[in-house]
Amino acid sequence: MASGFILTTTIFLPLVFTVVIFFLPKENIKGIKLVALSGSIVTFLVSLFLFFGYDAAIGGFQFLHKVTWIGSLNISYFVGIDGMSLLLILLTTFLTPLALLGTWNSIEKQLKGYSIMVLLLEVGMIGVFASLDLFLFYIFWEAMLIPMYFIIGVWGGPNRVYAAVKFFLFTLFGSVLMLVAIIWLGYFASTVPGGQFTTNLFDLYRIAPLLPVNLQMWMFAAFGLSFAIKVPVWPLHTWLPDAHVEAPTAGSVILAGVLLKMGTYGFIRFNLPLFADASLRAMPFMCLLAVIGIVYGALVAMVQTDMKKLVAYSSVSHMGFVMLGIFSMTEEGLQGAIIQMINHGLSTGALFLLVGMIYDRTHTRSIADYGGVAKLMPVYATFLMIISFSSIGLPGLNGFVGEFLVMLGSFKSTLLDNRWFAVVAGLGVIFSAVYMLWMYQRVMMGPVRSDGLYGGHHLTDLTKREIAVLVPIVLFVVWIGVYPKTFLSKSAPLVKHTVEQMESVKRGSPIRFAGSLQCNLESK
Amino acid sequence: MNSYLNDLVANAPVMIVTMTVLVAMLVEAVRKTRPVAIYYVSMIGLAFAAVFAITNLTVEGTSFGGMLLHGGYANFFGALFCFVSFFTIILSRNYFERQKYHRGEFYILLLFATIGMMLIASANDLIIVFLGIELMSVCLYVLAGFMRTKERANEAALKYFLLGAFATGFLLYGIALIYGAVGTTNLTMIRNVFAVVSTNILFVIGAGFLLIGLAFKAAAVPFHMWAPDVYEGAPTPVTAFMSTGAKAAAFAAFITLFIRTFDFIGGQVNELLAVLAAASMILGNIVAIAQSNVKRMLAYSSIAHAGYMLVGIATGTLDGQVGVMFYLAAYAVMNLGAFAIISLVEHEGDQNLLLDDYAGLSYSQPLLAVLMAIFMFALAGVPPFAGFFGKYYIFLAAIKAKMVWLAIIGVLTSLVSAYYYLRLVVFMFFREGRANIETPPSRIVLTMVVVSALLVLLLGLFPSIIIQTAQRYF
Repeated sequence: MASGFILTTTIFLPLVFTVVIFFLPKENIKGIKLVALSGSIVTFLVSLFLFFGYDAAIGGFQFLHKVTWIGSLNISYFVGIDGMSLLLILLTTFLTPLALLGTWNSIEKQLKGYSIMVLLLEVGMIGVFASLDLFLFYIFWEAMLIPMYFIIGVWGGPNRVYAAVKFFLFTLFGSVLMLVAIIWLGYFASTVPGGQFTTNLFDLYRIAPLLPVNLQMWMFAAFGLSFAIKVPVWPLHTWLPDAHVEAPTAGSVILAGVLLKMGTYGFIRFNLPLFADASLRAMPFMCLLAVIGIVYGALVAMVQTDMKKLVAYSSVSHMGFVMLGIFSMTEEGLQGAIIQMINHGLSTGALFLLVGMIYDRTHTRSIADYGGVAKLMPVYATFLMIISFSSIGLPGLNGFVGEFLVMLGSFKSTLLDNRWFAVVAGLGVIFSAVYMLWMYQRVMMGPVRSDGLYGGHHLTDLTKREIAVLVPIVLFVVWIGVYPKTFLSKSAPLVKHTVEQMESVKRGSPIRFAGSLQCNLESK
Repeated sequence: MNSYLNDLVANAPVMIVTMTVLVAMLVEAVRKTRPVAIYYVSMIGLAFAAVFAITNLTVEGTSFGGMLLHGGYANFFGALFCFVSFFTIILSRNYFERQKYHRGEFYILLLFATIGMMLIASANDLIIVFLGIELMSVCLYVLAGFMRTKERANEAALKYFLLGAFATGFLLYGIALIYGAVGTTNLTMIRNVFAVVSTNILFVIGAGFLLIGLAFKAAAVPFHMWAPDVYEGAPTPVTAFMSTGAKAAAFAAFITLFIRTFDFIGGQVNELLAVLAAASMILGNIVAIAQSNVKRMLAYSSIAHAGYMLVGIATGTLDGQVGVMFYLAAYAVMNLGAFAIISLVEHEGDQNLLLDDYAGLSYSQPLLAVLMAIFMFALAGVPPFAGFFGKYYIFLAAIKAKMVWLAIIGVLTSLVSAYYYLRLVVFMFFREGRANIETPPSRIVLTMVVVSALLVLLLGLFPSIIIQTAQRYF
């Protein structure tokens, strides 16, 4: 139980710092910034304990912490992590300080509220990845909308109100139906022999094979809709470009870096193991949507004139890969999906930071306003080059590992049994090279503008602070590209177990998805 | 004589408020020019009654020859009504002093209405239900038109009175029919013979009439017509009181009659309730979108909330009852808080009530804006605030009662409601504007609003506080 406290501490540590900020005077801008940054860094350091403490050899859920919360409804505060949530929590705690530092001078109004919102958002995100009770999960999932809504709406661009409201209502639409499904699922648990109403994920895993297939389909749809909006899966992606373009840089980084992953996380954590039959039936359909998303996102990104919008649409394409990996239901595909979530978080997060950095200097994001920037900002050009390659999937960098595994998985998947998905997804990789390199060429190459002004401003190369933000990301980009095993090994037990379960369901003799969990419950 | 005294003591919360109102009337007679004295007397009386009610939540029984319930269920609502009344009184002094309309009789009427509400919750006889509702309603008619020099207030009061009298007719006729069918108005006896009489057509029609009368008091569709005009025309503290206290009283009667006494589960009466619930949720939420006046918007939102609570009533189960009781408490704190802020922002003569008048409030009054945002998110049902758990429990009850369609309508309409609640947040935080208030809020009102915001959070995070109490009374 003691180890569970580390997890709980990680979740609520940013909350402690928001309270500190709350009591700081509004004028003490430096103090607020420092408290927010140190808060997020301390949270990252604490989360490292999770990384080194998690024993992938045992697998399953570790760092469990359970406290009865609402006894009469059998709801408890129940958290714990497995390999996948571990990686995503680390991504969250890693990106938050970088997002704060990367936009150190960009926020000009109401800095206090801004810092509080970013830290609250972090609480919500970590909580989502750690919750093992569906009620708790839902609380974090929804509560997180509020800070993001304010971040877009108060500190965003000119069209921020529209973007914020659209973001909020879109995501809420998905989640309210999930709420009905959660309650229904809990109620179903009370109708099985000896059962009682529960939202405890372990108990639900246990009763999941008893769910009739038609009920599964409804629940898959309700959960799936909520997650698909978050991912976003084509054609539910329309909120994303608006939200990304209007959000301030830190908001975009967190939105792309972490929030989108909550959707794909949800598919792996809930949809596959709880509704296995329905997942198998929906598999070709989901793969189709994923592949459409890959190609559609890439094609739309190609014609964008706004850098931020280009990156936003590239997210639709990249998250399509993650979806394809998940619904290939092979070990390679799922591993690829999980590592691709991390990759996308790193490279798209970095891309948004890079766009934000140049935007802070010129106040324009239009590609046409640039040209020849590489000559004036060589360091910036180098970073943008590395990150672009990472996003394209150049071998040796992280993107390659994820995309390769996903395509391999969907190509050889016997459950899916259709190689065309992988082939079309391969097209997406080519397209991504087109739009990224083309953007790079138009912005970085060519002659310097005749007056040397961009958006009416002179360009200066990256400051030490900005380099300090980008270096850690590049480090991980290379690390994952060269030696992904550090990270893949953490999620391997979960992936192996999920695939075994799927195959057993297909064979008609389902094993329940709790096997590897139970031993840990007892051992911890 | 001795047992009579015991009965009085057992019903102490009601009796304390009654004594308070008598004292208040004497004070009013002696010190006509200083309504502040009555203000203090009322607050002290209500506080005592609330404390007594809360400390006696576990004892239960009947008194006055089986006419009244005491303890338990009655005290749960007694405490709630005292809280609502207490809050309203604090709000009213601030409001009426600014409007230069401070009168002592206001508090007396408010206390009488509170007694009526408490009687409804303590009723174990249809006659008491009727007495309570009338006592409450008559006072509310007057309160709605309390600022009698204003046209809108007059319109509100007259409209409320005429339609209210109509609803009273239904209520009384329903009671008469039930008496005709069963031969008694005592609820315990009706419950005992329910299985026999439930097929009696007179009885069912009587129950239907009761339903109409109560639906009117609760402002549920299609008996909601009066609500927007009355809520808009009445003084803001009175609107706060009506939308929380009077609604809670109507639902206390709903629970007493349609869950604790009648057992129509799965029958046509409950289906009718379900339809009313669905209609209220849909109409209330959709029409609220079109409003530009904040008070009117919250009037339609209160129709929608009546719909959510009717879902709980329609299930007819313990879960439904507990859900409604929790929802009422949660709704009381969040709606009172919201109306308190409206009354603070409001300028003299019904001015500054439009959404536009809230533009940029977060810049001039950050604390008020943050508190208002909390209430709006809570009303929209976003966790971790109390409104979310209320909806969770009610939808849980609906799904358990195999009314999944009602739960789906419920969540979809609450999505619609998020739009208009958020719109106020948009105005306050995302728009620049010159929103400001006439006089800085008095410290006691601000404290009360902060307390209710904390309660909204507390009930959202630890709903067991209320759930465990409410589960005992079935």
